[in-house]
Amino acid sequence: MKVTFPHMGNLYICVKGMLEYLGIEVVLPPPCSKRTLTLGAKYGPEFACMPLKLNLGNFIEAYELGADTIMMAGGCGPCRFGYYAQVEHAILKDLGYHYKMVVLEPPDKHITELTARISEITGRKSWLQVIRAIRYGYLKSRAVDEVEMLSYKIRPRELRMGETDRALAQALKEIEKADNPQELKAAALRGKEIMYSVAVDPHRPVIKVALIGEIYTLLEPFANFNIERHLGRMGVEVDRSLHLSEWINDHLFMGLIKGIRSSKAYRESAKPFLNHFVGGHGMETIGSISVYARQGFDGAVQVFPFTCMPEIVAQSIIPKAAAAADMPVLTLIVDEHSGEAGLITRLEAFIDLLARRKHHRAMGQ
Amino acid sequence: MTGYLGIDVGSVSTNIVFINEDNQVLEAIYLRTQGQPIRTVQHGLRELAKQLPASTIIKGVGTTGSARHLTSVVVGADVVKNEITAHAVAASQQVPGVQTVLEIGGQDSKIIILRNGVVADFAMNTVCAAGTGSFLDQQASRLNVPIEEFGDLSLRSNTAVRIAGRCAVFAESDMIHKQQMGFELPDILAGLCEALVRNYLNNVGKGKEILAPVAFQGGVAANIGMRKAFEKALGVEVHVPKHFDVMGALGAALLAKDAVAKGKTTRFKGFGVADSSFSAGSFECDGCPNLCEVIEILEQGVTIARWGDRCGKWANALAREEEKIS
Ligand code: SF4
Repeated sequence: MKVTFPHMGNLYICVKGMLEYLGIEVVLPPPCSKRTLTLGAKYGPEFACMPLKLNLGNFIEAYELGADTIMMAGGCGPCRFGYYAQVEHAILKDLGYHYKMVVLEPPDKHITELTARISEITGRKSWLQVIRAIRYGYLKSRAVDEVEMLSYKIRPRELRMGETDRALAQALKEIEKADNPQELKAAALRGKEIMYSVAVDPHRPVIKVALIGEIYTLLEPFANFNIERHLGRMGVEVDRSLHLSEWINDHLFMGLIKGIRSSKAYRESAKPFLNHFVGGHGMETIGSISVYARQGFDGAVQVFPFTCMPEIVAQSIIPKAAAAADMPVLTLIVDEHSGEAGLITRLEAFIDLLARRKHHRAMGQ
Repeated sequence: MTGYLGIDVGSVSTNIVFINEDNQVLEAIYLRTQGQPIRTVQHGLRELAKQLPASTIIKGVGTTGSARHLTSVVVGADVVKNEITAHAVAASQQVPGVQTVLEIGGQDSKIIILRNGVVADFAMNTVCAAGTGSFLDQQASRLNVPIEEFGDLSLRSNTAVRIAGRCAVFAESDMIHKQQMGFELPDILAGLCEALVRNYLNNVGKGKEILAPVAFQGGVAANIGMRKAFEKALGVEVHVPKHFDVMGALGAALLAKDAVAKGKTTRFKGFGVADSSFSAGSFECDGCPNLCEVIEILEQGVTIARWGDRCGKWANALAREEEKIS
């Protein structure tokens, strides 16, 4: 069995680590690229969103490398992501790619539904081993998130353009290479050290912008045109409302691990404007605006794929939430027709707006 | 004489303006870009040089438009700004106290909301083409009306025909239908303006608080029918600034003046760049499956800029420790 799974930013480091820990052979799809999207857009339904198209492309490219089993998340609720696995499987079958698809989703009736699916991949490994592997995967995601978060602060202050990107790539490699918990600990430290070795100007004034919105397009740089890098180079310190390790802690560990950020605060803050689950991260998107405003952020950018329902609902409520928090929010919608130049123009204008606003406020005081 | 240059290079048109120390537009040049931004800019500079006294000193240069970065390396600009900021700056100068800017160009349309002289919000059209100037051009030519006469003709209308303007495709078929039903040309034209305005306000202006004074700029602002349609829809007076068609360039020039205000010397390479030999080459990088089309700009055979690479490997290789100008 050669297992593959879709890309979503650096998710692969943690899932690959987890599966390999259990001795399962993994075939990693090549990183999302123009080819991935072209394949996905060609075979996917026109009105499906970008994540489905990229997933599909990932699977086709992994098949070419010999993968035969897909591990994919499912879901429930109003977002159509819940049935993507089935749709993707059917499309792949029609195209002649014979994949076995294992969908991990919250069980409807009994926990054995989920455990049975997990064992389809893990085989005869004991549950203790599976749990250890999950924990190991979590630790990897934590290490990844920590270096990513460092890059948010370092990139806008780097002295030589591009240095942060190089350091980040190197740090992630270290974390990916580690193949047992002890090594991982050392690798996580090395990763941080690499990040800290980037020469910065700590006094450079920066604008602070929160990236909020739909999880896939937030996490996958190919889908968001590498928005973190673009903003960083414009002298903007970013923060992303979603990180993998936080998501795992919230949804798989039920918030068991203390001391890391939880999306609960976002949902709480959404209440005055949206007091109902609308699928995906619609509530979090709304609520994060006031949370970030309180933390002194200058603005927020909402990113989501064209046709994404929960985020469209959120978008229509944003004017109110943004006015209440007194924080500008820019919406970016991405699909396979999006152009990078248009996106950069909007980002630049938005950053100008924030900078002038900040300047005027400072003068006014 | 001393002054500042603003250059706005878009996909359709290229505008260059020269302003003096009093922010007055003394020269404005309008050219079609025709897919050749570098050549068009060089041509424009040559024209401008002919019209300015030989003793003119350029103290600062600003670029804007979709080819702003390209243009800035070619001419040596002091400031590179996006179209939204440039338009807002120009509008503030032309229409004192302006709070709303409606801008409709050939391909893009945008709305800019200013409060206390600062951009507070903006939006641009996304994929819909029904709200832009090229749509109007097309329909005018379908009706055999020269675009210059469009506005005056539409003013002769007594009752505008209601045209479905949600989408260019529907608008077009609906308009043909109305034409076949025998409606008067002026009524159809006025209806078209109203449809475009509705479309603009619904798609671009959605959710924005439109307060007076309102400025209307961009190529389409020449059309008096459009201005009237906006006034009818908004119920306020709509100002079309004198330099409505070169506002991007004007904004870039004003920003350039700001940028060098603290006694900095300009990076402008001089009007000689019009005769320098620039070439743009491109190659496909095979470093990864993105197969980026990397563009290179060469001046007299030396690579001076590169872009188009998603990973930054080519652009970074050239990056110097440069002061940021954008
Ligand atoms: S420039 Fe970078 S992203 Fe583009 S094809 Fe080459 S290696 Fe890939």
